[in-house]
Amino acid sequence: MRYVDEFRNADLARAVAAKIAALADGNRHYKIMEVCGGHTHTIYRHGIKDLLPPQVELVHGPGCPVCVLPMGRVDDGIAIAERPEVIFTCFGDMLRVPGSKGTLLEVKAEGADIRLVYSPLDALRIARENPDRDVVFYAIGFETTAPSTALTLQRAKREGIANFFVFCNHVTIVPPIRALLDSPDLRLDAFIGPGHVSTVIGCRPYAFLPNDYGKPVVVAGFEPLDIIQAILMLLQQLADGRCEVENQYNRVVPWEGSLPSLRCLAEVFELRPYFEWRGLGFIAQSGLKLASAYADFDAELRYQVEGVRVADPKACQCGEVLKGVLKPAECKVFGTACTPEHPLGALMVSSEGACAAYHNFGRKALPMAAGAGR
Amino acid sequence: MCLAIPGRIVEIVDADLQLAKAEVGGVRRNINIGLVDSDDERIAPGDWVLIHVGFALSKVDEAEALATLKTLEEIGDAYQQELDELHASRIE
Repeated sequence: MRYVDEFRNADLARAVAAKIAALADGNRHYKIMEVCGGHTHTIYRHGIKDLLPPQVELVHGPGCPVCVLPMGRVDDGIAIAERPEVIFTCFGDMLRVPGSKGTLLEVKAEGADIRLVYSPLDALRIARENPDRDVVFYAIGFETTAPSTALTLQRAKREGIANFFVFCNHVTIVPPIRALLDSPDLRLDAFIGPGHVSTVIGCRPYAFLPNDYGKPVVVAGFEPLDIIQAILMLLQQLADGRCEVENQYNRVVPWEGSLPSLRCLAEVFELRPYFEWRGLGFIAQSGLKLASAYADFDAELRYQVEGVRVADPKACQCGEVLKGVLKPAECKVFGTACTPEHPLGALMVSSEGACAAYHNFGRKALPMAAGAGR
Repeated sequence: MCLAIPGRIVEIVDADLQLAKAEVGGVRRNINIGLVDSDDERIAPGDWVLIHVGFALSKVDEAEALATLKTLEEIGDAYQQELDELHASRIE
């Protein structure tokens, strides 16, 4: 239990884990999905699986924005970045995500003007500094990140910056969860709700989980103890026959979310009829595009992005892992053709991706779990 | 880009542009507070906020900020990379 000893409140976590073990029905198997990639990272990093009784299984969800971006959108981004008039700006996480013909990093090495930015406001500054170039920001992320892009666009509009464009790939968290529940492949019992997304959208949007699907959900923080507490709260709901939305992370997440952020989102974006997700296919009303009032800033309109659809590599089983049907190590190419150094699939690229997290930490934890007789 | 890092507000730089200076990992950088600063909740010097891609995502108390910092320090590389990117940021 080397990993467990490292974190704050390790004793408390063990006490909570003992309560989970006492509460878990020995004749039942519990499948709990943690939606957020940040949670996946914490779970592997700290070997949380080792603290849980064998009948409690954690399934990793689709909540890593880098990992769910389909290859076609990566190719579209690269096509924009290759245009000579463009300075292409993106988060560091995007540089190594493989498209069908390579990565942004490779295109950059061949001379494309691609700049890593920390914030969309850095991209806007670059636009101000380079009025004779088109500056495009590659926007990705869930509701956590989308308000930042929205506020940046509001500012660009207010200042009349005409050479700033956004290639919008923002997505929303509820539709893919619904799609997973509607998929016949997977039976889930309960959900650990994402922490940062919920600071923006609040807890109310998860009400469909208990109301329409009869699944409990607990919004959780990112410390190991947070996640273990959330698991206890879920098991308690199941044991009591309750089914509701609870907020374990109420020290940060307000029940109603962030009104200024939601206002920004509503003004700047509208829902696309469909958006493609890696491994999950097209999901209705799951992606955001710029509203017509912001059409002048829309890179898709400016460069007439066609929206090509590219199938994932045949060997790649990211879809099954994203749906929680396969564990990372059960993928045919895990750790062989697909490694963090040479990723085939996006789940291996981001440190929040289930495969990268498992590759970095999970394999070390496995022998200990085996040694513990699991 | 998926991390949210605690920083302490040291100065409101431009109330109209909703810019504040925050100290993060010993370095001071401009961030935007427009997503948390409202009539219901004012952001002032001394406040701790969680910072995500250059924007304050939520206001937190000091104990929460310090606990989050410790958790982040434990994750190592990904946190260091995020800090480096933040330190390279020049928001105006």
